[in-house]
Amino acid sequence: MPSLRFHIRFPENKIKEPVIYQIGHEYKVVTNVRRADVRETSGWMDVELTGEIDEIERAVVGLRGKGVLVDPIELNVVE
Amino acid sequence: MAKMKALVCRECGKEYPTTAIHVCELCFGPLEVKYNYDEIKKTISRKKIEAGPHSMWRYHDLLPVEGAVDHAIIGPHAGFTPMVRTKNLGAYLGLDELYIKNDTVNHPTLSFKDRVVSVALTRARELGFDTVACASTGNLANSVAAHAAAAGMQCYVFIPGDLEAAKVLGNLIYRPNVVEVEGNYDDVNRLCSEIAGEHRWAFVNINIRPYYAEGSKTLAFETVEQLGWRAPDQAVIPMASGSLLTKIKKGLHEMQALGLVDNVRTKINGAQAEGCSPIATAYKEGRDFFRPVKPKTIAKSLAIGNPADGYYALKATAETGGAMDMVSDEEVVEGIKLLAQTEGIFAETAGGVTIGVLQKLVKQGHIKKTDVTVAYITGNGLKTQEAVVDAVGRPVRIQPSLVNFQQTFKMGKHGQGDA
Repeated sequence: MPSLRFHIRFPENKIKEPVIYQIGHEYKVVTNVRRADVRETSGWMDVELTGEIDEIERAVVGLRGKGVLVDPIELNVVE
Repeated sequence: MAKMKALVCRECGKEYPTTAIHVCELCFGPLEVKYNYDEIKKTISRKKIEAGPHSMWRYHDLLPVEGAVDHAIIGPHAGFTPMVRTKNLGAYLGLDELYIKNDTVNHPTLSFKDRVVSVALTRARELGFDTVACASTGNLANSVAAHAAAAGMQCYVFIPGDLEAAKVLGNLIYRPNVVEVEGNYDDVNRLCSEIAGEHRWAFVNINIRPYYAEGSKTLAFETVEQLGWRAPDQAVIPMASGSLLTKIKKGLHEMQALGLVDNVRTKINGAQAEGCSPIATAYKEGRDFFRPVKPKTIAKSLAIGNPADGYYALKATAETGGAMDMVSDEEVVEGIKLLAQTEGIFAETAGGVTIGVLQKLVKQGHIKKTDVTVAYITGNGLKTQEAVVDAVGRPVRIQPSLVNFQQTFKMGKHGQGDA
């Protein structure tokens, strides 16, 4: 089953929300956090999402809808 | 024994074979090339380098490719650009020894990207790829398309659909497949990441990135050699992803580790435009992490709002006692004009950023009069003429008569001024 890797960034007002847990319940994707740094005013996570590609893409839209920033693990590649 | 030991995770240190991978499977940290310095040390020397080709490939021993110098290199003429000791600009800024590392004349596409792309495509072909790709809005696309054409490789360039078409027309001459993605920069980023995972293509700044980025080290190698085998006191470097800055530091320290130069104490300074300054802003605010931004600046070649190496650039600057700063778009234009009018070098907007920040660091006292200083000018002004078109005045219009010419310029009959 396909897996895609993302860098997710939490603005200050979203840090306490269980966003990753919610996404795992709302979409048919398995979430796997590999690295994270969460502080009082900011936070980020490197996460793998596994599932059908369509479902991963829906989960990404869902994450963005919750107010977190989602980028590919490589961050900006348009140079 | 091979000169490349492994790819190593910059976060957890896990090692991988030197294939087309770029992310640690364990912690998702970025990978970079680890060399077998003990082996390299046995053969490398100043003499050997000086006898090498008149290009960045004279530092072949420290680049992540396996082929011999005289064959299999794609982009054999890249690099070894002039190191200009400034007369007028140095005097204007009050610096005794200011140099411009002039990549406005890099071969073949007039930007420092020819260095990284030359390494990336050479390595890509070694790894068996016949198709190369990149996501780009300018210099990178130019360089990938040109090198791919020369190497006979298939080439795909991805651009956001909302980009002005004129920005990419220059690439079409090389006949790459230019793919306009319906969406913005974020959509292109995500799609390219997915394509790189799905197709056996060499995406130069995705799955080939560990090799690609190493090409930037050659700016450091050339700096040391062209300064007479010494490292500068100060380096002023433009930042987009931040990779160039980290690799110049790596290059300087590799040369020291190999005994090619002593006493590297170079302060690594970073320059960004105010309209896209996530790294310099983090530095100014004393943070070790950056906040992504939506770019809004004329310095398009530096407009990366979520820079992959931002964290590492902050670290490199902190470790060397360097500084970072940013300049407004107006200051960028002034910087371009100042460099052109003092040294005759026409830089693109990134060069204006570098010169603008150089001025600031001198004024702040961070760069001192006697410091040996190198400013890195990474692209040619002919690429971004629109940035200065309203700032350079108009031609003087005259009638086709000698009298009218002399009157206009207030000259006497033999060219002397009348005033």
